[in-house]
Amino acid sequence: MSKAERKAEVVDLKDRAAARQERLPVLKTYKLFIDGKFPRSESERYYALTSANGESIANVQLGSRKDFRNAVVAARKAFPGWAGRTAYNRGQILYRMAEMLEGRRAQFIEELETLGASRSEAETETAMAVDRLIYYAGWADKFQQVFSSVNPVASSHFNFSMLEPTGVAALLAPEDSGLLGLISVVAPAVAGGNSVVVLASHSKPLAAITFSEVLHTSDLPAGVINILTGTRKELLKHFASHMDVNALVYCGSDAEEIRTVQLEAAENLKRVVIEENSDWQSEERQSPYTILATQEVKTTWHPIGL
Amino acid sequence: MDPKSLDFKTSWEYAPAPEGKEHIKINARYEHFIGGEFVAPAKGRYFETINPATEEKLSEVAEGSSEDVDKAVVAARAALDKSWSKLRASERGKYIYRLARMMQERAREFAVIESLDGGKTIRESRDVDVPLAIAHFFYYAGWADKIRYAFPGKTPRPIGVAGQIIPWNFPLLMAAWKIAPALAAGNTVVLKPAETTPLTALKLAELIQAADLPPGVVNIVTGAGATGAALVNHPGLDKIAFTGSTEVGKLIQRAIAGSRKRYTLELGGKAANIIFEDAAIDQAVEGIVNGIFFNQGHVCCAGSRLFVQESVYDTVIRKLKDRLETLIVGDPLDKNTDIGAINSKMQLDKISAYLKIGVAEGAELYQSSCKLPKKGFFCKPTLFLHCSQSQRIVQEEIFGPVLSVQTFRTPEEAISRANNTPYGLSGGVWTDKGSKIFKVSNALRCGVVWANTYNKFDPSAPFGGYKESGMGREGGLHGLQPYIQYN
Repeated sequence: MSKAERKAEVVDLKDRAAARQERLPVLKTYKLFIDGKFPRSESERYYALTSANGESIANVQLGSRKDFRNAVVAARKAFPGWAGRTAYNRGQILYRMAEMLEGRRAQFIEELETLGASRSEAETETAMAVDRLIYYAGWADKFQQVFSSVNPVASSHFNFSMLEPTGVAALLAPEDSGLLGLISVVAPAVAGGNSVVVLASHSKPLAAITFSEVLHTSDLPAGVINILTGTRKELLKHFASHMDVNALVYCGSDAEEIRTVQLEAAENLKRVVIEENSDWQSEERQSPYTILATQEVKTTWHPIGL
Repeated sequence: MDPKSLDFKTSWEYAPAPEGKEHIKINARYEHFIGGEFVAPAKGRYFETINPATEEKLSEVAEGSSEDVDKAVVAARAALDKSWSKLRASERGKYIYRLARMMQERAREFAVIESLDGGKTIRESRDVDVPLAIAHFFYYAGWADKIRYAFPGKTPRPIGVAGQIIPWNFPLLMAAWKIAPALAAGNTVVLKPAETTPLTALKLAELIQAADLPPGVVNIVTGAGATGAALVNHPGLDKIAFTGSTEVGKLIQRAIAGSRKRYTLELGGKAANIIFEDAAIDQAVEGIVNGIFFNQGHVCCAGSRLFVQESVYDTVIRKLKDRLETLIVGDPLDKNTDIGAINSKMQLDKISAYLKIGVAEGAELYQSSCKLPKKGFFCKPTLFLHCSQSQRIVQEEIFGPVLSVQTFRTPEEAISRANNTPYGLSGGVWTDKGSKIFKVSNALRCGVVWANTYNKFDPSAPFGGYKESGMGREGGLHGLQPYIQYN
């Protein structure tokens, strides 16, 4: 392309923009987050998200059972490395997630507003989401000290019990709190060294997907947090029955769903945590005891002698 | 003959040293213990409990129906509401202390009955089961008025009424593991002992009555699987605590799905006992023997998979075979006996089936040359050599004196094979190098790791499994958690 030609093209673009007066917005493709990448659903399905007055907001991936299984493979692969990180390092990465989220608050507020929250509700939820990450970032290297023990056994042994992550946790994030609710279940599991696969809220998935972009820039190793979108009805049973998932966290209060989850979890004796309280802003919803829900206690015996 | 081998042609006979039975009393018949009274079963049915070493009947015991279970749950609820929750926590603790002290007074009686009813050696029931059971009550008694210190930032409350189902391998000890923390945390209980070993729990009921515990705080209903199912399915319970097989644990998790019942499960295992080349080999061999032959191998945390580093394989196996030859199998009441009777005919049949499976799978069977008593249920201590990871005798819990042996070259290989099982209850590591102990014990995905020791238990040490070996801990501060709520 010659200089003159290039000049002519620039002029042409200017003209076109002027003619339109308004710039065409670039729409975002909302995708899944698996193994540190952003794939579309292998099923090539989506669902349309519409606003209250019927306007199209976005098309969201309709994640399949196969997507879930791929995510579990990624989570399992990531687990030993993440559990093996120092607690200090895990805390720093959670803090980094909070930093990245803080810097993009405007985007999250906008997305929450798009899905029906008022301005002040969206601001509160986003601020609390950042603070919740910081809360659990701080616990990463402290809960062990609070909840482990040295046991005074009546024999010549040094005996202690410490906590270790349960493994791969599958999380059914709350339906009504797209960002804060999701972070409230993801952060304690991950702070404790688990890797997770989480199904985002079906009706409020935007912030969850955008949160995966935060994760992508937070030095979080690929596969530690995997985020799926789709319908709970389709995926619930698979979340609960997968043989390589060690714990299941269910947020909600549907009696039939809870029963299904508990029934299927027996397949490999998953730890099942039911979170029925939907007030994610309450003080009680952040606690080191939430970390304990996906921890195992290991007791080690060492003889004392020469 | 190899100069390093022991000469078994000389006499290894020991004179009999039987424990006396004169000082114990076993009733001809036992009823349920409900609401502080011994109550005849609603359906009027009883079942026999026998001595597995002689196949003689010891007593007959009430068979619990759903009516009996219901009566017990109602009694436990009434006790919770009317007496146990009204007591000061320190007074609850004093009842548990009193029970521990009364058990100490009758320790010998408990030990003999435990050996008679379950087949375990008197040395074990005298030195391990009974003292540990007592220690458990003593330990948790002191927690009763201190529980808030165990849950910082929370206000713990009891869960309510717990249904507790225990196995036949450590009858009295498992009763203590279940009852002591439940009571200390302020709950009341309905306990179902295993059908082959109900006697010491019923003896404990006599003590509970004599200790003046408020009626209904502890209720004991005897019976088999159907009685357990009635308990699990009873809508009046707030919690199920179960120790037993993984298979039944899964059934229980399914049975209570959708109910509000909490549960803790302590299930099966297939523990790896890993011997590194730098281990003190003689100590390790003792640890292997204790790991798999303690309590006839009827131990959920038994070290039933042996991994030996290749360079010391020949030495370890030679010493292990010699040690096997010295083990005395026979009368559980004889103080020289190392391996007592298999708990039941059913269990002996299961073990025998696995011996056939192992041979058919191509593993090399090795057993000691000991003679087994003509009557009763006995099994020779058994090794399966040259096993491979996929064999059923390596993957499945046999729950008998049967050890599968494999070799490894690197620590990484040992760890990865040790973890390659759905179970995750326990494991053993034998090495002289401290840093290696920590590396390996951290890498093992299981709830208890014994380093240069095996099968040690203590009321202050939490016990329980990862993965399909169950959930929840028993013992220690962490053992309170399954019996409290704080939201």
